[in-house]
Amino acid sequence: MELFKSLTVILLGSILINNYVLSRFLGICPFLGVSKKTDQAVGMGVSVIFVMFLATAVTWPIQTYVLSEFGLEYLETVVFILVIATLVQLAEITMKKYMPTLHKSLGVYLPLITTNCAILGVTINNISDGYNFIESIVNSLGAGLGFLLAMVLFSSVRSKMEGTNVPKALKGLPVTLFAASIISLAFVGFSGIVDNLWG
Amino acid sequence: MQKTEKNALSLLLNGIIFENPVFVLVLGTCPTLAVTSSVKGALGMGIAALAVLVCSNTVVSLLHKLIPDEVRIPCYIIIIAAFVTVVQMIMQAFMPELYALLGVYLALITVNCIILGRAEMFAGKNGIIESALDGLGMGLGFTLALTLMGTVREVFGNGSFLGMPIGVLQNYKISFLVSPPGGFFVFGALIAIVTALTNGAVNGKRRLTCKACPMSKMCGASGEGITEEDKNGAI
Repeated sequence: MELFKSLTVILLGSILINNYVLSRFLGICPFLGVSKKTDQAVGMGVSVIFVMFLATAVTWPIQTYVLSEFGLEYLETVVFILVIATLVQLAEITMKKYMPTLHKSLGVYLPLITTNCAILGVTINNISDGYNFIESIVNSLGAGLGFLLAMVLFSSVRSKMEGTNVPKALKGLPVTLFAASIISLAFVGFSGIVDNLWG
Repeated sequence: MQKTEKNALSLLLNGIIFENPVFVLVLGTCPTLAVTSSVKGALGMGIAALAVLVCSNTVVSLLHKLIPDEVRIPCYIIIIAAFVTVVQMIMQAFMPELYALLGVYLALITVNCIILGRAEMFAGKNGIIESALDGLGMGLGFTLALTLMGTVREVFGNGSFLGMPIGVLQNYKISFLVSPPGGFFVFGALIAIVTALTNGAVNGKRRLTCKACPMSKMCGASGEGITEEDKNGAI
């Protein structure tokens, strides 16, 4: 029960309070770039969840049983980015061969994810926050779900915004950023909820 | 001699003003939003990125003839990651306070689009001195933009500059500006101001498209799901 409680706190915390996009500003490029249409936003979000999960499942053991064991913690950044890039390539090749339908819908987004800072961010955060393996997996799932949630919400807002008449200087990026600001403000409202979830 | 000097100056100014990575190219948005709630964080991040950018541009331009074309992106990423690690270690040793303030964002310089973008678009095609100067210009442009944002957010949001309180403003703090939503808001407002001041002259370049992304050539053919309009149009 204790384990369940602490895992829920981590999960909801990374979905709502420390949302990777809206309050930690990780993965802003796809958030602004691929959120024009809801189906694209969902595709990107699902791919991110998948890669985050995979990356955490591989980098956590590497850090704990290889790098820490031999006092090589300083290689964290180099090793993690290599592992993520390799994993994304492997995932794409495997998917293409064995799951062509899934590859057709998600494959497009996979190469874009290698340099997505949310992925490297979540793997590094898992280590620096001192999570154990299960907590890390839950945290990465929460981060991915939070990313998906933010993408879907934002794509709906943007489709409403498309036809509106905005001042010339605000056209394009500025008004999009203002919309993101308002969504982020909504998420600020969640702070404090999860800490008191279990009394 | 005169000509080289002129070229060097134009390369520097190009990065600082005409192709400012933050306000014109809109690259590296993550750190721009994340570390600018204080001037100190913004300056620290800018200088760290500047150091990595100059070093990685120099090394990439030295090695680009040796690196096979097919694997150049992974190679560039490794070069960048190595320099990020060096900067991390130096900062941890001599500026532990700043190291703690920047936290994970320091490591994330590795995946900052500006650095990979300049390696791919400039350093891979130009000589050593030009590449180093381009890195210096882009890095300075990045630092200036971050510091500008950090100043706006800290002065109005926290009533202080570099941690020193400013008398009058202490009573009129707009704490919204230092919070995450304020980051998006100030960034949007600054881009709008730049557009208005230049009468939209730089607006044509300011597009978040597949073409502007350094990874575009890598994923290139796989962009089926993204329509032609998305590739060319502004966001």
